[in-house]
Amino acid sequence: MNPFSSGTRLRDMIRAIRACKTAAEERAVVRKECASIRAAVSDNDNDYRHRNLAKLMFIHMLGYPTHFGQMECLKLIAAPGFPEKRIGYLGLMLLLDERQEVLMLVTNSLKQDLNHTNQYIVGLALCALGNICSAEMARDLAPEVERLLQFRDPNVRKKAALCSIRIVKKVPDLVENFVNPVASLLKEKHHGVLLTAMQLCADLCILSEEALEYFKKRCTEGLVKVLKDAVNSPYAPEYDISGIADPFLQIRLLRLLRILGHGDADASDCMNDVLAQVATKTESNKNAGNAILYECVETILSIEDSGGLRVLAINILGRFLSNRDNNIRYVALNMLMKAISVDGQAVQRHRATILECVKDSDASIRKRALELVYLLVNESNVKPLTKELIDYLEVSDQDFKGDLTARICSIVEKLSPDKLWYIDQMLKVLCEAGNYVKDEVWHALIVVITNASNLHGYTVRSLYRAIQTSVDQEAVVRVAVWCIGEYGDLLMNNTGMLDLEEPITVTESDAVDVIELAIKRHTSDLTTRAMCLIALLKLSSRFPSSSQRIKDIVTQSKGSLLLELQQRSIEFDSIIEKHQNLRAALVERMPVLDEATYSGRRSGSVPAAVSTSQGNALHLPNGVAKMADAPLLDLLDLSVDEPAAPNSSGGNFLQDLLGADISSSSSQSVSGKIQAQKSGTDVLLDLLSTGSAPAQNGSSTPDIFSISQDNKTSISALDSLSSPMVPPVQASPITGGSPMDLLDGFGPNPPVPKDNGPAHPPIVAFESSSLKIIFNFSKEPESPQTTLIEANFTNKSSEVYTDFIFQAAVPKFLQLHLEPASGNTLPSSSSGSITQKLRVTNNQHGKKSIMMRIRISYKLNGKDMLEEGQISNIPRDL
Amino acid sequence: MIHFVLLISRQGKVRLTKWYSPYSQKERSKVIRELSGMILTRGPKLSNFVEWRGFKVVYKRYASLYFCMCINQEDNELEILEIIHHFVEILDRYFGSVCELDLIFNFHKAYYILDEILIAGELQESSKKTVARLVSAQDSLVDAAKEEANSISNIIAQATK
Repeated sequence: MNPFSSGTRLRDMIRAIRACKTAAEERAVVRKECASIRAAVSDNDNDYRHRNLAKLMFIHMLGYPTHFGQMECLKLIAAPGFPEKRIGYLGLMLLLDERQEVLMLVTNSLKQDLNHTNQYIVGLALCALGNICSAEMARDLAPEVERLLQFRDPNVRKKAALCSIRIVKKVPDLVENFVNPVASLLKEKHHGVLLTAMQLCADLCILSEEALEYFKKRCTEGLVKVLKDAVNSPYAPEYDISGIADPFLQIRLLRLLRILGHGDADASDCMNDVLAQVATKTESNKNAGNAILYECVETILSIEDSGGLRVLAINILGRFLSNRDNNIRYVALNMLMKAISVDGQAVQRHRATILECVKDSDASIRKRALELVYLLVNESNVKPLTKELIDYLEVSDQDFKGDLTARICSIVEKLSPDKLWYIDQMLKVLCEAGNYVKDEVWHALIVVITNASNLHGYTVRSLYRAIQTSVDQEAVVRVAVWCIGEYGDLLMNNTGMLDLEEPITVTESDAVDVIELAIKRHTSDLTTRAMCLIALLKLSSRFPSSSQRIKDIVTQSKGSLLLELQQRSIEFDSIIEKHQNLRAALVERMPVLDEATYSGRRSGSVPAAVSTSQGNALHLPNGVAKMADAPLLDLLDLSVDEPAAPNSSGGNFLQDLLGADISSSSSQSVSGKIQAQKSGTDVLLDLLSTGSAPAQNGSSTPDIFSISQDNKTSISALDSLSSPMVPPVQASPITGGSPMDLLDGFGPNPPVPKDNGPAHPPIVAFESSSLKIIFNFSKEPESPQTTLIEANFTNKSSEVYTDFIFQAAVPKFLQLHLEPASGNTLPSSSSGSITQKLRVTNNQHGKKSIMMRIRISYKLNGKDMLEEGQISNIPRDL
Repeated sequence: MIHFVLLISRQGKVRLTKWYSPYSQKERSKVIRELSGMILTRGPKLSNFVEWRGFKVVYKRYASLYFCMCINQEDNELEILEIIHHFVEILDRYFGSVCELDLIFNFHKAYYILDEILIAGELQESSKKTVARLVSAQDSLVDAAKEEANSISNIIAQATK
């Protein structure tokens, strides 16, 4: 006998493992066992194969690798005896899954066993096939399984039915083969066969429209009768569960009837009576009964309308809601979510109970209830519901606050009757849970505030109060800082008092105190501090008498280690100090932000937060919508009201911004590869999103996203923004002292606002005595490697060129695609031009710049001319 | 459809796993870790349903063992509780008031029983009696085969003496 296989019995091994005190000990025991099993495997030991496999299964359950045992399963399955096969199939199901190729090797053994004379061996094979077969095996063995659906023993028929489910799921084109056998199985009496046949039938109906039609016509009545019998059946101990006859069977019947009755008035009509019977007769004091009722309610809600039944169903759910068992309440909430699209009014009646469930101690119930409340809110009940939710926000769990605030904010945004209410509610939310609020929420709030011109005074005063009490909520601080900067003057003199408001006395230095506190608070992040600096700059103009103090505060950030803050403070300091004449205009009040544009941008996003309630017909605006870019823009409102740049369109002040203080050279390096118009927005976005950049990126629009990827830190964008004096070709502008230049530069004679040139300035790619080629560049934001070049050819001579052909060659790291030129005749004396588009993909983007060799051929007075040259002055960042 | 069945002890030890949907070995251990972390820490008065990765996990504790089944969002959670109970009752009847140790030392038998209750993640038999009868019929087949083997080896042993 093999010296290795005389090892321990299964029981002893389990004991040994259980006796281990430490993980290391356990590993040692397992290693020893595995070693002896491996030895037995390589010796092809027959006597103890099944015992070894059993051991391996145990070891597998402990989480150790056992792949070397896979072949052993196959050998045991191929053995003739039942005990070997039984353990072999068990091992197969346990150690393998359908994705392993070894599995294919078992197909043949399975086929033989499916045809075995011993019904238990057939059962083993069906079970294994049903649990782990792959699509290929399903196809190969489907005929065998189909045949077994008519096997003499019902226990084999039921296994074959379930096995068929797996087969049709793997290979849906086999559906039609199973339709007829299933129809005859549905007429049987054996519960096991019925259960499994109904399950198979339901899956066939889901997979195939034809099967559904077939069963609707042939089987509905029969199934209704079976259900009727089950409901009215006398006590049968074999199937009884707490006084109910085979709830499993009833549930499956209800489920199948739901599929058959959906969208079919006749079928629905046929089952009305029996559903009413189930709904009224089923005892609801035990779980089994409730499981049936729950299934019955779902069926009633999905079949064709029958008013009376629906009332019955919603009433059952109402009863469920007031049940003390959490499980029952959970499923009730779940089902009410479906019911809401069927009969919203009836669900509204249970609003108070549902609201109570939002406060439940069970997270699953809270979540469901909150989703439901969200669906129940409408214009008429938004105020009381919001109040309830906000009140609850104070006491809710930390980890629930995120969800809750998102929902509240979304409700308030969607249904607020007026701006005052909106602002009030949002302030409450921010004060309670400002740290859980997503950025776009407070961005949206700022947009609304700017639009409510009659509420500016009220808002800034409320915020002033709020920041005193809720200084630890970052979002409150940000909004307050922004508003105080913007409307600080309204704070002083109680301008625009509302009736409900109590007057407060705030001095200039109080207002500055608040900002100073915020900027110095150690928990403030970069964004907040940057916003504080801007607010201070604004206040320095609004409160001339506090100017010196503000300057001192600003100066303190000059030494900040954060480049962003350091730079802002240096710039602002110089504005305050040297450019008094400019300052007032520079920090004038923001123009009203366009709400429509902003909400348009937001609604462009796909709802993500409410995915769980998808099945609903209701349109759900997104709870966590896309980020707001508009408010961010105006945070840097420095140049919006630029004196030199007449602010033409409210929506697009960016244009001015770009035109006024970004010379083409800097925008080139800033916006990497964005097209002209867009670049302003995106650069600024990027610029302002410092600190919170990752969070915003998650939800921002694609183009923004790609940019933040390019400019790893938005600070680099800022650098280039503020240093327009850098010569055009220089790739990375440096800040060194440039703010001064910037300001001095346009102080005395502001530059003429120019059109938004392309983000990349055009270059003269080639020029000879007779010909000039200009390249205009553009980029697709999503592919930084690709540059679109528009080549523009002009004729400097006084003769017309005909048959003009432009050719280009590039090195290997580039790929060039030439599009057809706009023409082949070039008029004389620069009086016209030909354009041609080139698409260049740079595989070494960022490392090597684009270069190409060109050749131009044309006919001048019928004579062939040829010019050649090399273009190597294309900026590297393209 | 039931995607998988897990039996986890209160200490987080796995006592039985059955996967009806394809999960790789790596995913399996991740799922087990994740779920045991979630379920074992839940308070006693909470609902028996955990929402997890877009599925629902229905669990129920019997003595020191947690029986967990993962189902689709739209499935009937209450019914799954009944199926779990069905399984437990059959185990109980088979082992004679089952305890965790029975399931440890006779884990393969627990699997055999489960295979008579579920196939392809669907319920196969609602009669406890039928399940018990089928399992014991197969057990006796095994016993008969063993006896036969023993008697043959005895005969051989005697013959070679």
